Amino acid sequence: MSNISRDDVANLAKLARIDLSDDELNHLSNELAVILDAVARVQEVAGEDVPPTSHPLPLKNVFRVDEVRPSLTPDEALSGAPAQEEQRFKVPQILGEEQ
Amino acid sequence: MIKKSAAEMAAALSAGEVTSVELTQAHLDQIAKVDSDVHAFLHVDNDGAIAQARAVDEKRKSGERVSPLAGVPLALKDVLVQKGIPTTCGSKMLEGWRPPYDSTVVTRLKENGIVILGKTNMDEFAMGSSTENSAYGPTHNPWDLSRIPGGSGGGSSAALAAFEAPLAIGTDTGGSIRQPAAVTGTVGVKPTYGGVSRYGLVAFSSSLDQAGPCARTVLDAAYLHEAIGGYDRMDSTSINEPVPAVVAAAKDGNIKGMKIGVIKELQGDGYQPGVLKLFNQSLEILASLGAEIVEVSCKYFDYALAAYYLIAPSECSSNLARFDAMRYGIRVGEGSAEEVMNATRQVGFGREVKRRIILGTYALSSGYYDAYYGSAQKVRTLISRDFDNAFGKADVLVSPTAPTTAFKIGEKANDPIAMYLNDIATIPTNLAGIGGMSVPSGLAEEDGLPAGFQIMAPAMKDDRMYKVGAALEAALLTKWGKPILDNVPALGAK
Repeated sequence: MSNISRDDVANLAKLARIDLSDDELNHLSNELAVILDAVARVQEVAGEDVPPTSHPLPLKNVFRVDEVRPSLTPDEALSGAPAQEEQRFKVPQILGEEQ
Repeated sequence: MIKKSAAEMAAALSAGEVTSVELTQAHLDQIAKVDSDVHAFLHVDNDGAIAQARAVDEKRKSGERVSPLAGVPLALKDVLVQKGIPTTCGSKMLEGWRPPYDSTVVTRLKENGIVILGKTNMDEFAMGSSTENSAYGPTHNPWDLSRIPGGSGGGSSAALAAFEAPLAIGTDTGGSIRQPAAVTGTVGVKPTYGGVSRYGLVAFSSSLDQAGPCARTVLDAAYLHEAIGGYDRMDSTSINEPVPAVVAAAKDGNIKGMKIGVIKELQGDGYQPGVLKLFNQSLEILASLGAEIVEVSCKYFDYALAAYYLIAPSECSSNLARFDAMRYGIRVGEGSAEEVMNATRQVGFGREVKRRIILGTYALSSGYYDAYYGSAQKVRTLISRDFDNAFGKADVLVSPTAPTTAFKIGEKANDPIAMYLNDIATIPTNLAGIGGMSVPSGLAEEDGLPAGFQIMAPAMKDDRMYKVGAALEAALLTKWGKPILDNVPALGAK
C-alpha cells in the first residue's frame, strides 16, 4: 500500500494552490493511496531501454513568421476579468511588505 | 423531421422542402419539450440559432453556393469556446464567463453554415466517464433516465439520442466521445490526434485531447469530420495534410478483403456478457461481408489505464494552473494573490478535478517524477509499438467500445477506480494518437441497453474506420429493419 499521509496531501494542495478542507485532506490521502497502488504498475515494464513518449506526434519546435495579425482588443481581452483598472488586470497584492 | 439523419435534413434543405429556420425551430421545440428530463444542455442559444439559420436560408435563396451541412443544427460541447456564448466546461470556475473569441472548430462550423443550438453538459473540464462530475448536475440517458449517458461528453451524446440535435461536437481525451456514443446508441469519432484543431478547446491533457464528430449515422459523422477537420495555423500540433476522405469512405462501405484485427486483451474479464455477444455478432457480420478476421495481441494494453491515469492528471495539473482568479473566471476571497488563488480554486473546482490535480502534482513532483510520470511515458512508447505491430497484421483493429452498457447514476460515484475502468478499451488510442470510432452494435440481452463496437485505424487513415463503420451500420440496419434509436422511449410525455 502506498503511503500518503495527510501532511503529504496538504503539501501537494499547497503546491497546487487549493485550500482543501480537513475533510478533503482525509479523504484524498486514502483515495490517493489506492489510486497510486493501481497506477504504480507502470514501473513493472518501464525498462531502461524503453524511450519515453511525451507526445503522439514527433514534432520539434514549430515556427511561424513574426508578423502582426489581428488579435483581441484590450477591452475584449479584459472582458472576463474579475477586476480591472486602466486597461489592466487588477490583481491582489503579490509581494509581501518586506519584499 | 427531427428523427432524420443530418444528410437527409441537408437534402431536404437543398430541395427547398424545409427551411433552416423551420428545422432549427423544430429542434429548439424538442429541447424545450424534453431537456428538463434529459439535461443535455447547459445553455440554449435560441435567438442566436435562429439568426444563424436565417442567414443560411437567405444565402441559399440568393443562389449562393452553400456547404453540404449548411442549415443543419448542432449541439456543441461546452469545452469549446464560442464568442459571446457562456462557456463553463461544466465547472463553477467559469460560471458566467463569455469567451471573447471563437475556437477554430466553431469558426469552421460557422463557415459551413452549421447552426449551433447551444452548449452541452459534460464532466467538469472533461474529467469523467458519466457526466456526473458536472457542477450543474448530471445528464440523463434518454434510453433510461436513471442511467448515465457516458462521459465526459454525455450532453452531446444524450442530445443526439433525444433528437434534440442531429449532430454534435465532442472531445475525447480517454474515450469521452466514444464511450458516450456506445452507451447511447449513437456514433462517435475521435479523429487522429492533430486531425482537428485544438485552438479554443479548453485544455485538459494537451497530448491526448482531440475534438471530433458525434452523430446518429456514420455518414453524418463523416460530413461533420470533413467540415471541422484539417490544418490550422493556430494549433501547432495540427497535422498539415489533407483531411482523410472520410465521406467517400462512408459512402463506399466496401470491406471485401480488408483485414480486421481483434485485440485479444480488450475482451474477456470485466466485460458484460451481452456486450461481448454483440461484439462477436458484429464480427460475424463483417466476416460475412468479405472481411478477414484475425486475432492480434497488444500485451502492453494491460498497462494503458495506469499510464493514462498518470499522464492525464499530470498534464491537467499543469493546464489547470491557468485558473488563477486573475484574468477570467470567478474570484473568491480577499488578501494576497496566493490566498485568493487558494480560496478560488477550492470553491471553483469539484471533487474529481481536485483529485486529479493533486494526483498529477504528486506524479510530477521531484523524487517521484521518474517513477510515475517518467514510467508512464515509457508505457506510452510500448503501447504505440503494440499498435504498430498489430497494424502490420490488420488494416483496422476492433474491440467493444466500453466494457458495459450504461450504469445507474450514482452507482460508481464513490469509487474512482471502478469509474476509470470504463475507459479501458478507449484509452490506448489516445496514448498512441491514432483514430477511434464507436458505432452501435445492438442492445445487450441483459438490460436492453445499447453497446458500442470500436474501430481503430492508424494515424491519418481515419477513412478506414468510416468504411468499416458504414458497412457494419448498413448490415445491422437491414437486420433490425429500423434504426437503433427508434427504440428510445418517448420523452417529455408528462
